[in-house]
Amino acid sequence: MEVTAQESGQEKDAETWTEVITPRTNLLDLRLGEVWKYRDLLWLFVRRDFIAQYKQTILGPIWHLIQPLFTTLIFLFLFGRIANIPTDGIQPTLFYMSGITIWNYFSACLTSTSNTFLSNANIFGKVYFPRLVLPISIILSNIVRFGIQFGLLIVMMIWFQFHGYPIHLTIYWFFIPLLVVLMAGIGLGLGIIISSLTTKYRDLVILLGFAVQLGMYATPIAYPLSFLQNRGYARLIAANPLSPVVECFKYCLFGKGTFTLGSLTYSVTFMFVVLFLGSIIFNKVEKNFMDTV
Amino acid sequence: MSEKVIKVENLSKQYRLGDIGTGTISHDLNRWWYNVRGLEDPYLKIGEENDRTTRGINKYIWALQDINFEIKEGEAVGIIGRNGAGKSTLLKLLSRTTTPTKGKIKIKGKVASLLEVGTGFHPDLSGRENVFLNGAILGMRKQEIKNKFDEIVDFAGVERYIDTPVKRYSSGMYVRLAFGVAAHLDPDILIVDEVLAVGDAEFQKKCLGKMKDVSGRQGRTVIFVSHNMAAVKKLCTVGIVMRFGKIDFNGEVQTAINYYQKDQNINSRFEHFGEVIKAPGNENIRILKFTVSPLKGETITVSSGIEFEIAFYNNKANINLDVTFELKNSDEVVIFHHGKIVSNSKDAKLGLYTVKGRLTPFVLNAGNYQFTLIFGEDQRYSLFTIADFIQFEVMNESIGSNSSILPGIIRLPIEYEQSFQADIANVI
Repeated sequence: MEVTAQESGQEKDAETWTEVITPRTNLLDLRLGEVWKYRDLLWLFVRRDFIAQYKQTILGPIWHLIQPLFTTLIFLFLFGRIANIPTDGIQPTLFYMSGITIWNYFSACLTSTSNTFLSNANIFGKVYFPRLVLPISIILSNIVRFGIQFGLLIVMMIWFQFHGYPIHLTIYWFFIPLLVVLMAGIGLGLGIIISSLTTKYRDLVILLGFAVQLGMYATPIAYPLSFLQNRGYARLIAANPLSPVVECFKYCLFGKGTFTLGSLTYSVTFMFVVLFLGSIIFNKVEKNFMDTV
Repeated sequence: MSEKVIKVENLSKQYRLGDIGTGTISHDLNRWWYNVRGLEDPYLKIGEENDRTTRGINKYIWALQDINFEIKEGEAVGIIGRNGAGKSTLLKLLSRTTTPTKGKIKIKGKVASLLEVGTGFHPDLSGRENVFLNGAILGMRKQEIKNKFDEIVDFAGVERYIDTPVKRYSSGMYVRLAFGVAAHLDPDILIVDEVLAVGDAEFQKKCLGKMKDVSGRQGRTVIFVSHNMAAVKKLCTVGIVMRFGKIDFNGEVQTAINYYQKDQNINSRFEHFGEVIKAPGNENIRILKFTVSPLKGETITVSSGIEFEIAFYNNKANINLDVTFELKNSDEVVIFHHGKIVSNSKDAKLGLYTVKGRLTPFVLNAGNYQFTLIFGEDQRYSLFTIADFIQFEVMNESIGSNSSILPGIIRLPIEYEQSFQADIANVI
């Protein structure tokens, strides 16, 4: 295409440049199209996360199974034997394992996305690619991990099928993917908010470490929500937007769980709010974070 | 006339030295408390020693100020300037790792930056996996990388190691592979920052050649930042000289290099007045004067000869003191490294020593040179070293009808002898 001198007015200018870098852009412009353009990178990041984590280990991805198995054993002992907390009539092993599986997914999403800026500062400082690719890749690579752990849960369910606990196969199983998306959304939203803030305030990294740990006890993982009925702090636990998700997850699997459509709507709304806030803050920070990180 | 591919308009980038929102909450609160009591910001003092603060009055630093330039398609542009002149900031903005405070950059085409090779290389992944990952980070599609994979491995010469984790690579192999990926990017605009510092001479040549390919034959644009004037000269057609965040010169590359080096020549003569303790040096040595002047005439030329003179204060008595002069040309080639023994029987005295050295005419070729000074004890231990202390230029002098600068590091007077015998054809 030829550009003649007469044509080079303002409008022509805007047409010929493929990219214009300016100080500020629209806060709500997430440039998801650009993320799509980099989908190969997204996929390679997922692969990298997965492969690199278990390089030079003997057991490799089997570690994904060992961790929930041992946590379940501890829970069986601690909450089942010592504290004698009921499990809603669900087989205790399956009860704990299902809770741990969905919680693991959430906590992994949250902790790794919250590190996006800090741990990738060296890459971000050198080349440009849509920053959102990284947190999204983390969510995806954790889905693989979740899948493996969920597979283990299914195997355990089949095993218990022959030991007096029949599998509760219902239409509700189809809702499980939606619950996973809900968990991922909340994890991603909170994660990117934290990651954006940690570029300035590193305190949050330390805070998050034990907040996630404590969060597990504020979510009905090791105990059913029904166990708390008629207790003062039941409301507090119910106010946790993750509680309905976990309870619903257990309901889908075993047919037992305490949640209402209202409480689930609350969780969904919460997800959209944190995702919305998160993307605004992320968008604002990603531009100049190299100057403050 | 070729099209413009980059247009930079009134580009400025400001960095905050203090101000609310740069530290942790405790800093912010402390700053606020000082502010309430009407005191100065306690965290601003950190920035005071920064060279450039004198221009921005404390609170802000303009790393770039009102930069305007255009780059045309197929040009190879070298950006030169001293440390802190804003080169890296400019590259950061061009490669979009940070955004400008003011102004605009308009770009046409795909940009790939090589601010440091091997970005995103994961040590535990194999060479093959890293090629794909790195390629994707730099903006390539998977299919593109696949098509060029063999070429990249071939270029890097690491075929045998391609399935070994890159952490087992030698640093040279690592860089070669990384550069191989970047060199096969096929961007419209390639931004390169000092990558040639690594790798052996052969590989450096290969890189320069590849970059020359990119800019020359394929009609792509290269932006190259380097302190290596020889590489800039070899690779670039246009030079931009930056100084204190502004563009000082923009034009033909040789002129730009000359401009830059002449700019540094301001300190071709050093003299310290005032307290000795504030002169450059340390507890052993203080340099009070160093001058480079022609033996005859007013300017230093190829035929003038050179006299250099140093006056320094020695503060370490009863040692064997020596001073070494090291001369380098603008390509960082050492011309000589020559010492003068000041005292040889442990009898150096406290006080002012003056040493003069003379270079006969017709030794140095025309060009820019710089002196490094090394003060030593027992010709072994360094008392004080100051690198690139004084720069000076040797002007060319035309011989006969040839007025251009002749190639070569030195320009010696050579005595030729010539004889002639006729009739040789008849002998054969």
